[in-house]
Amino acid sequence: MPEKALIMVVGLVAFVAVVGLILFLADRAPKRGRDVFQLLAFIAPALVLLAVGLIYPAIRTTFTAFTDRQGEFIGIDNFVWMFTQPTIITTLVNTLIWVALVPLISTGVGLAYAIFIDKSAGEKFLKALVFMPMAISFVGAGIIWRFVYEYRAEGFEQIGILNQLLVWCGAEPQQFLINSPFNTLFLIVVMVWIQTGFAMVLLSAAIKGVPIEIVEAAKLDGANPWQQFVNVTVPAIRGTLIVVVTTITIATLKVFDIVRTMTGGQFDTSVIANEMYTQAFNRGEFGQGSALAVVLFIMVMPIVIYNVRSMRKQREIR
Amino acid sequence: MSVTKPGVRAKRRTRDEVPDGQFLRVKQRLTSRGATIAAIVIATLWTIPTFGLFVSSFRPADEIRTTGWWNVFVRPSFSLENYADVLFASGASSANLGSYFVNSLVIAIPATLFPIAIATMAAYGFAWIKFRGSGALFVLIFALQIVPLQMALIPLLQIFSGTLGISGTFPAVWIAHTIFALPLCIFLLHNFIAEIPREVIEAARVDGANHTQIFFQLILPLSMPALASIGIFQFLWVWNDLLVALVFSGGTVEVAPLTQRLAELVGNFGRNAERLPAAAFISLIVPLIVFFSLQRFFVRGLLAGSTKG
Repeated sequence: MPEKALIMVVGLVAFVAVVGLILFLADRAPKRGRDVFQLLAFIAPALVLLAVGLIYPAIRTTFTAFTDRQGEFIGIDNFVWMFTQPTIITTLVNTLIWVALVPLISTGVGLAYAIFIDKSAGEKFLKALVFMPMAISFVGAGIIWRFVYEYRAEGFEQIGILNQLLVWCGAEPQQFLINSPFNTLFLIVVMVWIQTGFAMVLLSAAIKGVPIEIVEAAKLDGANPWQQFVNVTVPAIRGTLIVVVTTITIATLKVFDIVRTMTGGQFDTSVIANEMYTQAFNRGEFGQGSALAVVLFIMVMPIVIYNVRSMRKQREIR
Repeated sequence: MSVTKPGVRAKRRTRDEVPDGQFLRVKQRLTSRGATIAAIVIATLWTIPTFGLFVSSFRPADEIRTTGWWNVFVRPSFSLENYADVLFASGASSANLGSYFVNSLVIAIPATLFPIAIATMAAYGFAWIKFRGSGALFVLIFALQIVPLQMALIPLLQIFSGTLGISGTFPAVWIAHTIFALPLCIFLLHNFIAEIPREVIEAARVDGANHTQIFFQLILPLSMPALASIGIFQFLWVWNDLLVALVFSGGTVEVAPLTQRLAELVGNFGRNAERLPAAAFISLIVPLIVFFSLQRFFVRGLLAGSTKG
C-alpha cells in the first residue's frame, strides 16, 4: 500500500512539474511571438492528448472495422457478419429496445415525480431518495438488483424480494435474468432506476424556473391543472426535456456495465457496447469489435449533430 | 371547461405566496392526494433495493444464502463478519477489497486532477486568447464529447502496450481517463470561464499581467465553484467506471479498482453471494458520502453540464 501511495504522489508531482514547466516557459517566452507561445502552452496539452488519444484512435478503429483477425483488408465483411449473425442481430435489436424504453420511462417517471413532490414537505429528502442511484456505480447497481431478482426453485425459501412477492401472491418464482426475451426488460429496469433521478433533478429545476405569470394567465383563462401542464409547463421546459432525453439516450446507447455485471451478455441480453468488448477483448476479434464500435458511433452521430447545432444557436444568442 | 374548486384555489394561492411575487414555483398537482401517494410509491420502489442490500450486508453469511433480508424484521441477527471478510481476509480466493479500495483511490485522485487542470487551461485559452479558428476548434472538441469511448479503446490500448509500454499500470489508467474526460470538462469550464466579466480581465491586462499570471491570479480562484462541481463529477465517474479499468488496468490486484473486483465476484454469484452485499457497500460508501455531503455541488455540476449542453 505505501508503494501505491508513492506512485500516486510521484504521478501528481510529475504532472505538476510538466504543466508548471510549460506555463513557466510561456511566461518567460521572448517578446516576439509571446502570444503564440502562451496560446500553445494553454491549449496544446489538451489538443495533443485529444489528437493522440481520441481522434487518431477513432480513425484507426474505423479502418480496423474493415479488417479481419490478421489485419487484412476484407471490405464490409464485418458489417455483413453483424447483420447476418443471429446473436449479433439480437444484440442490435436489444440496443434498440434499450434506447426506445430507457429515455422514455426515465424522463416520464422523473417528470411525474418532480411535479408530485414540487413544494411538498420534505422535498429535498424525497429527491435525494430517487437521486441517490445516480451517485453509485453501475456495477454496484447491478449487484443490488441481482439480489432483487435472485431466484430459488419453487418450494425453497426465496432470497430475492421480487420472487418472494410472486410466491406470496401464489405465483411461481421466475428466473428473471435468464428467461428471454423479458430478461432484457429486467435489465432495463436497472438503467431506468439510475437515470430517473437525473431526469427528475433537471426537470425539477426547470419547473421551478417557469415564470409564474404564464401559469397565472393560463389559470385565468380557465385551464385545469392537466391543461396547464400540457400547454404551459411542458412548452416552458421543452429545452430541458430535450437535453434530458438526449443525454439519457447517449448513456443508454453506451450501456455496458449493467449487462456485464448482471448477465455478461448471456441469455440473449447483450447490447452493442458489451458485444464490442466481448469480441475485441475476450475473443481477440479486433475487426469485428471495431465494426461494432463504428455502428455505435453511427447511432450516436445524429444526437451529436443535434447537440452541436443547439450549442451553436446558444453561442449566436450570446 | 371546469375551473378548479374554489377551496383548492384559495389554499393554493396562499401557498404560492412568495415575498417578491416575481417567480413563483409552478404548481401542477393533478389531484393532491393521488400525487402524494404516487410520489411515496415511487420513492419506496426506488429505495427498497438499496435498503435490502444494506440490511443484507450486516446479516450472518449462512442467512444471506438461505433467507431474504426482510426476515430481519422477524428474527433480527446481525454481524460484521462479512465486512471483515471482504476487507481483510487473505488468501487466493479472498475478496481482498482493502487492496482494491486503495487502487480505486490511487486511480481516482490523479484521474480527477489531471483532466481538470488541463481542461481549465484549454478553456481559458479558448475563452480569452483570441486566435483564428478558435470557434471551429472549440466546436470540434465539443463534438468529440460524444465519440464513444469504444471507438478509442483498441488503438489506445495498442499505443499503451506497444509504444509506451505502460499497459496495466496506474499511469495508463490515469491517461485514459484524462483523455476521455477532456471534451466534456473543457466544454463545461469554457462556459464558466467565458462568463467572467471582461472588465476584470482587461483591468489585469492593463496592469501588465500576461496570460500565465491572469490564469493563476484570476481565473483559478474565480473558477473554484465550477472546478469543485466538475471535480466531484469526474471523481465519481472514475470511481464508478468499469470499462476503462477493464481495458487498461490489466485486472491485477496491484492496479485494478473496486468495480473490477466486484464484477469478478458477481461473475461467480453462487460462490460469493454472502460476500457481495458487504463488498458492494464498501464500493458505494465513497460515492454516497460524496453525494450526501456535497449534494449542492453535485446538483449544480449536473445543471451546468446539462442545461447548457
